[in-house]
Amino acid sequence: MKHNTLTELNAERAARRAVIVVTDVVSGDQRLIKAADIASDPLHAELDKHLRMGKSGMIEADGKKLFLNVYAPTARLVIIGAVHISQALAPLAQSLDYDVFVVDPRTAFASPERFPDVPLFADWPDVALPPLHVDRYTAFVALTHDPKIDDPALLHALSRDCFYIGALGSRKTHAKRLDRLKAQGASEAALARIHAPIGLNIGAVSPSEIAVAIMAEITARLRLPADAPLKTKSAA
Amino acid sequence: MLNRDEDILKAAENWMKSGHGVALATVVETWGSAPRPAGSSLVINDDGTFLGSVSGGCVEGAVVTEALDVIASGTPKMLEFGVADETAWNVGLSCGGTIRVFVEKVGNS
Repeated sequence: MKHNTLTELNAERAARRAVIVVTDVVSGDQRLIKAADIASDPLHAELDKHLRMGKSGMIEADGKKLFLNVYAPTARLVIIGAVHISQALAPLAQSLDYDVFVVDPRTAFASPERFPDVPLFADWPDVALPPLHVDRYTAFVALTHDPKIDDPALLHALSRDCFYIGALGSRKTHAKRLDRLKAQGASEAALARIHAPIGLNIGAVSPSEIAVAIMAEITARLRLPADAPLKTKSAA
Repeated sequence: MLNRDEDILKAAENWMKSGHGVALATVVETWGSAPRPAGSSLVINDDGTFLGSVSGGCVEGAVVTEALDVIASGTPKMLEFGVADETAWNVGLSCGGTIRVFVEKVGNS
């Protein structure tokens, strides 16, 4: 790898843009392809497939053996609500290599004593979220039960195309939430992207178990094809 | 805390800046139950210091030795490790898989 290829690769990754490095494993020839340039690349079909799956691998093209090394940005988890479930969810997500951020304007909840080792933002979502650069490599969960906090946060997440958006609350609570968000201009298609009740149905009872159910659902959305069916949801 | 790939590649850049010879070893193919997926990487500098993982520890020693040769020669190498222990380095993967590791120098030559 050339020194400037390495520098460029690190710069793209720091900016949270996907990159694929294509290496001819016989000659050592190498090129770096930015996400934005994939569509116009001769190998675009293969590049696109590997990026979607987040999978590196060998291909053969024009009689050459090429290794496609996919560098997708590190997944993030943005948690709205410094609540009890969040105290279990944040360290679990960190152990799965997510960069975790907790947002809650209620400073009594968002305290470093309750959330050691987690970046905390004790601000309203309209202030806290824009600098976090929520993107398609972000999972987003709204856990406050408070429409004043959850609703604007969810609208922000929907506008940023997060790979996972979940909200805590029963079916009844969620139906009311959908009515409110619709009244604020969210489309049916966007609202259908919200996972609620949140988490896979594993019979979770305690905050820690609910955290496992949430991370299981997030993992499935990160790793499985978009149309793969998930099992029925819990009523957490 | 495990080193993530981005930390590993930043370390490689920092080593370059401080004048070290650096090699990058990447898992390019796996068969059977390999411990680390394709794309997993290890960076090595000319002190023999390394970061990252290509196998969960089974073959790193051999990869580092080969990487030092690659840093010296500048010529990339493909290494293969399997459970059969028939490789020149006499190390294998206890989990029964086979992996192929591409080792290249980082630099402008």
